[in-house]
Amino acid sequence: MAQDILNKKATEVLIIGGSAGSLEVILHALPLLSNPLKIAIIIVLHRKSSSESILTELLCIKTSIPVKEADEKEFIKSGTIYLAPADYHLLIEKDRTFSLDYSEKINFSRPCIDLTFQTAAEVYRESLAALLLSGANADGVEGLELIQLTGGLTAVQNPEDAKISYMPQHALDKLKPDLILNKDEVADFINRLH
Amino acid sequence: MQESLITDENVELLLADLLEVYGYDFTDYSRASLKRRINRLYSLDKFPSFAEFRYHLRSDATYLKRFVEQITVNVTEMFRDPGFYKALREEVLPNLGTYPFIRIWLAGCSTGEEAYSMAILLQEANLFHKSLLYATDINPSVLEKAGKGIFPLSQMKQYSENYILSGGKKDFSSYYSANYDLAKFDEVLKTKMIFSTHNLVSDHSFNEFQLILCRNVLIYFDKDLQAKVFKLFDESLDNLGFLALGSKETLQFSPIASKFKKSGSEKIWRKIS
Repeated sequence: MAQDILNKKATEVLIIGGSAGSLEVILHALPLLSNPLKIAIIIVLHRKSSSESILTELLCIKTSIPVKEADEKEFIKSGTIYLAPADYHLLIEKDRTFSLDYSEKINFSRPCIDLTFQTAAEVYRESLAALLLSGANADGVEGLELIQLTGGLTAVQNPEDAKISYMPQHALDKLKPDLILNKDEVADFINRLH
Repeated sequence: MQESLITDENVELLLADLLEVYGYDFTDYSRASLKRRINRLYSLDKFPSFAEFRYHLRSDATYLKRFVEQITVNVTEMFRDPGFYKALREEVLPNLGTYPFIRIWLAGCSTGEEAYSMAILLQEANLFHKSLLYATDINPSVLEKAGKGIFPLSQMKQYSENYILSGGKKDFSSYYSANYDLAKFDEVLKTKMIFSTHNLVSDHSFNEFQLILCRNVLIYFDKDLQAKVFKLFDESLDNLGFLALGSKETLQFSPIASKFKKSGSEKIWRKIS
């Protein structure tokens, strides 16, 4: 696997985007992550708006790394895993804080992965990494293209390994990511980001 | 997807123009959302260059209306977060009932869905006859819509579910009449509503209220502006009045926090001093 790129790049933030079938990948990787985490992780998942805090609790159980829902105006710190709150778009400000936005759904989704990818790409540029997982929606693909354009690191789950191949396959149709990962390789990938 | 055509610097120029030419102050709004919406408008209206966009905005006052309407977020729902409305029914309204006259301010009411939800709650609590709802927004055009009380029929299934989850016991469809793809709400609900423009950035307090609802508005403001608006709400609330915010907003770190006590698990605070 072309993981040499991980040694060359300095990453501050990793954004993981996913839809149907992505939660199991995250739950699988979380217990294998080294604590302390050298970067910040932001997870943007499509989910039902009613599923509130249960998801945060579910992720907390799987790791000793601090996991929390992103608060508006909160400063993004390394060593923390942030989760996009249900039913809001999660945006990244130039001063590296979170903003929430309750505007129209995009790609039938709120939070919209493209939007977090896009605003983060314009702030973090080369020091951003993104991983797009399983899903039945094309959300995230355009944002991933922008991250590649602005010099960030791009990774996509192997569609053959994904529960729902549509989202990662769509990404591969549109761009050549730096890495294509199986579920079992996700934790190692994250641990090597620095 | 490409990088935003309207850059951070462009955004600052436009905001300075708005303030200088029209007196609209957006300089304390969070930038990421503004930048996205300005870029969206720039593409929608197919300007050939930033210079033309800027010139058009500076010189055409009718375009200003569209600009303000498009860069602010006007998405809202009836009975959004049913648990919140349940708390209003069970914890707040019984308190308001003790007043001879109830004044409620819906700040940033957008197209009015919350005002109609509130009116329904007041009716069901038998408080409607002695209540007055002041619904304000920065955008005149959304207030026009709010005043009509007509919403897409396609939303009613969701709203009806929200209503029932909020503790509503009636048949939700008894509050509107359906006409083609529209639902027109009972005219009676409007009789206690006053719609008016109000800019939270620059306008002052205009009355004393027992309840202020301002949900999903402060998320678009920076910390300083949030503090300023909290002060305005504090000045506009009766002693023992209630302030209700959006589900991801908090009074906790604001300068007025010590004067308020959180009431229950929803985002509702009561003024205690």
